[in-house]
Amino acid sequence: MSARSGDLGSSRRILAIWLPAFAIDRWRIVTREAGGEIDNGPLVLIADTAHGPRIEAANRLATDAGARRGMMLADARTLCPEIATAPSDPAGDLAFLEQLAVRAQRWGPWSAMDEPDGLLVDVTAVAHLFGGEEALLEDVRTGFARRNLAIRTAIAPTAGAAWALAHFGRAGAIVDCELEPALVELPVAALRLGSDVLTVLRRLGLKRIGAITTIGRDALQRRFRKRKVPAANPLLRLDQLLGRLPEPLLPVIEQHAPLTQRRLMEPIRHRTLLDQVVSDLAGDMAQLLESKGLGARRLELGLWRVDGEVAVRRLEMSAATRDPAHICRLFAARLDDIEAGFGIELLRLRASWTEPLALAQGDIEAQAESPGTSLATCIDRLTVRLGPKAVSRPVPYASHIPERAQRWKPPLEREPPTQGMLEFHARPLKMLDTPERIAVLYASPDGYPQRFRWRGGVHEVARVEGPERIAPEWWRERGSVRLRDYYRIEDERGRRYWIYRQGIAGDGRGGPPDWFLQGLCA
Amino acid sequence: MPSATASLPLASLVDAGTIAARASSRWRPGLAAAGKAALHSEVFASPNEAAGAGAALALALDDWRNLPHAGGRGDAHAGTHAEPDARPVLWVQTRDAARLSGRPYRAGLPKEMRDRLIHVLADTAQDALFALEEGVRCRDIAWVMGEIAGNPKALDFTASRRLTLASEKYSVPLFLVRLDAARDLSSARMRWDVSSAASDAPRWNAHAPGAPVWRAELFRARGHVPGEWLLQEQGGALKARREREADNDIGALNWTAGLQRRRLSQQA
Repeated sequence: MSARSGDLGSSRRILAIWLPAFAIDRWRIVTREAGGEIDNGPLVLIADTAHGPRIEAANRLATDAGARRGMMLADARTLCPEIATAPSDPAGDLAFLEQLAVRAQRWGPWSAMDEPDGLLVDVTAVAHLFGGEEALLEDVRTGFARRNLAIRTAIAPTAGAAWALAHFGRAGAIVDCELEPALVELPVAALRLGSDVLTVLRRLGLKRIGAITTIGRDALQRRFRKRKVPAANPLLRLDQLLGRLPEPLLPVIEQHAPLTQRRLMEPIRHRTLLDQVVSDLAGDMAQLLESKGLGARRLELGLWRVDGEVAVRRLEMSAATRDPAHICRLFAARLDDIEAGFGIELLRLRASWTEPLALAQGDIEAQAESPGTSLATCIDRLTVRLGPKAVSRPVPYASHIPERAQRWKPPLEREPPTQGMLEFHARPLKMLDTPERIAVLYASPDGYPQRFRWRGGVHEVARVEGPERIAPEWWRERGSVRLRDYYRIEDERGRRYWIYRQGIAGDGRGGPPDWFLQGLCA
Repeated sequence: MPSATASLPLASLVDAGTIAARASSRWRPGLAAAGKAALHSEVFASPNEAAGAGAALALALDDWRNLPHAGGRGDAHAGTHAEPDARPVLWVQTRDAARLSGRPYRAGLPKEMRDRLIHVLADTAQDALFALEEGVRCRDIAWVMGEIAGNPKALDFTASRRLTLASEKYSVPLFLVRLDAARDLSSARMRWDVSSAASDAPRWNAHAPGAPVWRAELFRARGHVPGEWLLQEQGGALKARREREADNDIGALNWTAGLQRRRLSQQA
């Protein structure tokens, strides 16, 4: 266990900063800046809920008096009548935390927010700039103390371990490769689990992280096998803690979307001029994207009118592209309904979603040989005109109900890996969107129809194969759903169909079974 | 040349010409190998059966397999190291056509094209024609299937001419299935009328429906004699046989007789 975590641990150092009284500290900062009185007695921050005000944060004196986070204010007042209140401000707290995260980049190249009240900083190979990791933590402490923010810190090889030590370990803990001994004594809450999972673990008698490893991994695996989210599965969290599973973090790095704009001396009111400006913008955008080695997947064209109206046209491409002619052509279809009013004075093209697209040499010979468009271009043109839902491709889905066994996905998406289907039975070439009911005029004693009426025509069954019984998916559908018996038939003129009987007589799920036609065989 | 013609008896020359014309003018599967596949075909069919789509797919697959340089089957003699043609197939349907005759079902498609299908659902016939034309202009598409119900106003002779020219310019085949439609003016190079025919009994279960058979009438074609065939996929290739030998021969004779008359009048 520690052999694996050792080699991973040596490669990274994560600093976790926890602000235990974040909301209260920020309230004090804001109040002091506004020139107000800061708290001398018990104080709680409250949020209004449907059942009255609820406590979001409490200061030390209020906590001593019995107020807790999540308690209703009325309950806290019965314990401590002199409690003072102030409204909480979660949006402001989040913005402040983001500021802090950007500020925390002075201790490491990237930092991430750990909502609601923590920060994670990658301090791999930077501690020597501060004179060692202890000195780094000291620097962090003084930096936050100067702003009157209480913190707890820890440095560990993984984000999970650093978080656990900052919240539940000794203050200023620094852990090297030997992760496990430092963590076994921590409570299971250090695994960053949801409250319901913590309840389950408490009922199982697992209080410390060390206890989880004692009862055997497969037992826990069985208990939590359905939980795919790390916050709901203690094993995943444990692996993340020990560095056996990677844990992606979202760093706060500003992303600049490539943007080009044209401010026009003379507002334009005519379509030809508009097309010219759009093609200029597309050319600029192509240069910009090329310099960054990017291709656009989504483009937004904003048109600011003189009278203050703004029109935005959005374009989504099936593959990354920076071909100006293609972009212009796609926008041309979208600009037909633009009202120019008194004129458009500013146009801005923004690539809000980009993907890496390497520089490629244009293949002149291939283009001359086959003059047509590429597949991505063709699909872009189709989706722009017909809508994004209109172009799709069928992909198999793991179900044996025929209409569920196929799903429609965007055309250029990679096909999900599936188990090969067992092809015991032939399937029709085409399926009707909704099965159509057929009227059986004469049924043979074996159970299948000899003569039936569909869409006004009478069909005499000449050949038949079946039944293929397909039972309903009891784990998904209600118990009253009836099974289907499928028959592949050919009528007297050679027309081949796929019909089914819904239910069997006397199955206790409704009256006499109906017949439906679902598929048309080639 | 005139001297050689003069030395031969006229009757034998005409006879040989007639035979050659008859042999070359009759449609048969695998014409694409000789580069004589029609790029724009129309298949008229009833919406109450999947024969139209099935036969159009079989014809398209037959052309694709016999492509001289690409395609699945053509590789065997064209060059073993050529990579198989895995270009997608565009299948355009109007909403009416999808409602009447259903949407393609992946598990029932021919094996070669199950993972290559791109389906386009168009609200109107105009949109469907736009999608067909865009598909035909795309070099990365193996062939385009279209399904349009009825005789919409947008699909007139000009529109079909547009499609023909585009498909011939970019050499992407187009197979347009016309459901429940009258045989209006069109510039399609081959026009078929397809309906289902009774299938052969399978070997192991004589009561079951067998491999699909279609009765296909080629009623209008450029460079081919009209005729009627029973089409069937057999062992990964399209097979055509004739139900009534005599009818087709008369058609061929009439057609070549016309040719003969024209040639005689030219000589005169």
